[in-house]
Amino acid sequence: MKFKNMLMGVIAGTTILASTHAMADTADKRIAFSNNYAGNSWRQAMLQSWDKVTGEAVKTGVVAAADAFTTSENQATEQAAQIQNMILQGYDAIVIDAASPTAINGAVREACDAGITVVSFDGIVTEPCAWRIAVDFRQMGREQVKYLEKRYPDGGNLLEIRGLAGVFVDDEISAGIHEAAKDSKFKIVGSVHGDWAQDVAQKAVAGILPSLPDITAVVTQGGDGYGAARAFAATDRPMPTIIMGNRQDELKWWSDEHAKNGYETTSLSIAPGVSTLAFWVAQQVLNGKEVAKDLTVPFLRVDQDNLAEMLATTPEGSVANVEYSLEDAQTLIKSTK
Amino acid sequence: MTRDHLRILLPIFSLGLLLAGVFYLQPRAMSYFGLNLLFNLAVPVALATIAQMMILMVNDIDLSIGTFVSFCACVTATFVQSDPVVGYAMLLGAIAVYAAMGAIIHARGLPAIVVTLGMSFFWSGMAILILPSPGGSAPAWLHAMMKAKPPFVPVAIIAPVVIGLIMHYFVKRSSLGVLLRGVGGNSQAIDRSGWSVLGLKATAYGIAGLFGVLSGMALVGLTTSADANIALRYTLLSIAGVILGGGEFTGGRVSPIGAVIGAMTLTLAASFLSFLHLSSDWQIGAQGAILILVLAVRLVFTRREALA
Repeated sequence: MKFKNMLMGVIAGTTILASTHAMADTADKRIAFSNNYAGNSWRQAMLQSWDKVTGEAVKTGVVAAADAFTTSENQATEQAAQIQNMILQGYDAIVIDAASPTAINGAVREACDAGITVVSFDGIVTEPCAWRIAVDFRQMGREQVKYLEKRYPDGGNLLEIRGLAGVFVDDEISAGIHEAAKDSKFKIVGSVHGDWAQDVAQKAVAGILPSLPDITAVVTQGGDGYGAARAFAATDRPMPTIIMGNRQDELKWWSDEHAKNGYETTSLSIAPGVSTLAFWVAQQVLNGKEVAKDLTVPFLRVDQDNLAEMLATTPEGSVANVEYSLEDAQTLIKSTK
Repeated sequence: MTRDHLRILLPIFSLGLLLAGVFYLQPRAMSYFGLNLLFNLAVPVALATIAQMMILMVNDIDLSIGTFVSFCACVTATFVQSDPVVGYAMLLGAIAVYAAMGAIIHARGLPAIVVTLGMSFFWSGMAILILPSPGGSAPAWLHAMMKAKPPFVPVAIIAPVVIGLIMHYFVKRSSLGVLLRGVGGNSQAIDRSGWSVLGLKATAYGIAGLFGVLSGMALVGLTTSADANIALRYTLLSIAGVILGGGEFTGGRVSPIGAVIGAMTLTLAASFLSFLHLSSDWQIGAQGAILILVLAVRLVFTRREALA
C-alpha cells in the first residue's frame, strides 16, 4: 500500500513536471534588457512592446523578471558600464540593443565569461559569444531601389537621405542603396544626413534642393520621409516618390496624399516589436534549446494595399508595429537551423 | 588642516559614500570581480580627466578631448594593431598637434574654448575617416594589460592609484609642475621671471595630448575595438571630474589625485543610479544633482574657511 502510494506520487510528480516542462525551466531566470537610446518613436514603441510582452511573461511565470534599462545618453562607454552592472546584479540573460557593434564587446565578453546568455538585436554586437538577431540593412537599401525600378523602369535621379554619420546602420543601408542603384538606371544625385529625424531631414533636404536637378524619388532610412516631403512641398518642385519608414506621420501623410492625388509609394522598416522576439530567443536559449548564433529579422512592409489597416493600428507619433510570440521565435529558430 | 587637505578630503568622502551605497544595494560588488567591473571603465575616464586637468591648469578649457580620445581609440584599433610604426607615428603626431594648438592659442591670444571646439570637429572627422564603420581590434598586449588579473587588487584600482600618484608628484612636486601651475595662476609673473609662457603652454597641451592618447588606448584595451563616436561623453565627464575632484576653472588650482577620484565618482554615480532601478529619464538629472550636491558642500566648506 505504502509502496503503491509512493509510486502513484512519483507518477503524478513526473506528469506534472512533464506537462509544465516548457515553462518551468526558465521560471526562476531573470532577463535584463540593455537599451542604448529611447529618444525616437521607434525606440519608444520598442520599449512599450517589451513591457507588454515581458510583463505578461513574468505574470504567467515564464521568467522571474525582465527589467528594461536605458542608458541616459546614447554612448557605448555608458552602455558597457550598464552591462557590467547587470553582470553584478546577477541576471541570467542580457538582451542588448547596442550603441555600437564593437565598442561594448569587452563588456559582452565579461558577461559571457560570467555564464550569462547575451542576445543582441537591431543594434547587434560582433562578439562571437553573443547571439545576434540582425536586420539585413543592406537588403533594406536594395529593396527600396528594387521597388523604384518597378515604378520607374526608365530610371531617374535619386536623392538619398542618410542616417547618423559613423553609425553602422547608416553605412549598411546606404551601401545597399548604392549597390542596387549601380546596377539600375537610377543615379544618386545628392546625399544628405537626416539623422533619422523628420526635422533634421527637412532642414537637410531644404538645404540641398536648390543645387539639385529634377528628383524622381527619394531613398531614405526611416524617420526622415515626412521631413523630406515637407521640404519638397515648400518648393515648386513636383513631389517625388519618397520611400517611407513605417512612421505614423509618414503613413498619415502618404494616406492623405493618396486620397488627394493618388500618390503611391512603399514603406519598410523593422517592427519595434523585434525586442520581444529577442526576449523569446533569450528565453529559449536559457531553456537549453539549441539556437543558431545568427538569426535574421523579417521586414515589416507597408504597401498601398495594407496602408489603411496599418495606419489604423499605429498610434499617433509612433511606428507601425507587430509583437512576436514564443511560437514566432520558435519558427525563426527552426528555420535558421 | 590646510585648504589643500580639505580640497582632497571632500572627493574622497563623496566617493566613499557612493561606494558604501553601491555595496549596500549590491553586495556582490564587494569583491575583486565586482570592483573590477565597477571601475574598469573609469580608467580611460580618469586619463581623459588628467588631460583636461592639464588644460584647466593653464587657465584654458578643452572641448575636444572627447573626440580626441575617440580618434586615438580608432587609430589604436586600426593602425597601431596592423602597422605599429605608422600607428605610433600618428599618435605622436596627434600629441604634436595638441602642443601646437597650445602654442597657437597663446601666441595669437585666441580663446581656447573656440579653438578646441573647432578642433573637436577636426578629430571627429579624422576618426570617421580612419574608421568609417565601427570595428578594428585591440593590440594583443594592450588587451592583455587591461584585462590582467593581478593578485589581490584589480587593475581597475591599481591603474587610477598609479596615475593619481605620478601626476601628483609631477604637478605638485616637480619644478615644471610648479611653473605650469604658475602659468595658470599668473602668467605675467612667469613671463617676467624669464620663462617662455609659449613653451610652457605648449608643454601643458602636449601632456594633455599624451594623456588623451593613453585614454584612447586604455579604452580600446577594454572594449577590444573602436567606434568613431566611442568617447564623445568624455568631454563633459572630464571637466566635471576635474571640478568634482577639487579643481577650479581659474587656472593653477588643480588636484591630480582629486581629479582621478572625481572621474571614479562620476563613473560610480551612474552605476549607483542604475542599481537603484531609477528610470533612465531621471538618471541624467540625478547625476547632475549628485554633482551639484558635492559642489555645494565644497562651497560651504571653502566659504567657512575664508571667513575664519
